[in-house]
Amino acid sequence: MKILYFAWLREKTGLGSEDATLPKNVKDVNALIHWLKGRSEGHAEAFSDLTHIRAAVNQEHVGLDHPVADGDEVAFFPPVTGG
Amino acid sequence: MIRVQSEDFDVGAELARLDGAGKNVGGICSFVGLVRETTGGEKLTAMTLEHYPGMTEKQLAEVEAEARSRWPLDEVLILHRFGRLVPGERIVLVAASSAHRDAAFNACRFLIDGLKIKAPFWKNEETTDGDSQWLEAIPAPPAPTR
Repeated sequence: MKILYFAWLREKTGLGSEDATLPKNVKDVNALIHWLKGRSEGHAEAFSDLTHIRAAVNQEHVGLDHPVADGDEVAFFPPVTGG
Repeated sequence: MIRVQSEDFDVGAELARLDGAGKNVGGICSFVGLVRETTGGEKLTAMTLEHYPGMTEKQLAEVEAEARSRWPLDEVLILHRFGRLVPGERIVLVAASSAHRDAAFNACRFLIDGLKIKAPFWKNEETTDGDSQWLEAIPAPPAPTR
């Protein structure tokens, strides 16, 4: 799975993107976040307040209960502020 | 038409592409978004727009398709810049052309509002006191999935 981070999530994790092989019990975005929080202090800090986090799976906006699978492109970012 | 670029654009030249002989176009409505001078009462030095290449174009194409499904439009243009911009610079241009003005006005409003909800852009603001911070979105529910 390819995981991308934008804006302050990129700064806090220190990563623009990373590749990960999912454990079997990670089946949705929430579980993925829980698992990612264990990767580093930066990850834990980035995901400390989920009310400020939005997710996309395969470049579509999704809720945090959306399923994920190996091969997906998953992105995490704050609410968008374009325009 | 969707364009995402760092370079500035010429509004007149872009809008001129939306008219032309042989098209039954009665009007073009457009909106140009600019970098404001101030943010939260502080003076802005610059703003850096980050985006998610690939998803940006995909989401903007969905906004265009949705507008076309709602109104009888001839041309649709969504042009959005990324990178570091200073106050007064152009950020975005949206435009719609149609046989009649109501469709053009309504679609133009829909395009800029839809873009603000769906397009994955983030603004990092630098103020004259040397600080920089990510602009927080005005509280809103999660972006719609379509």
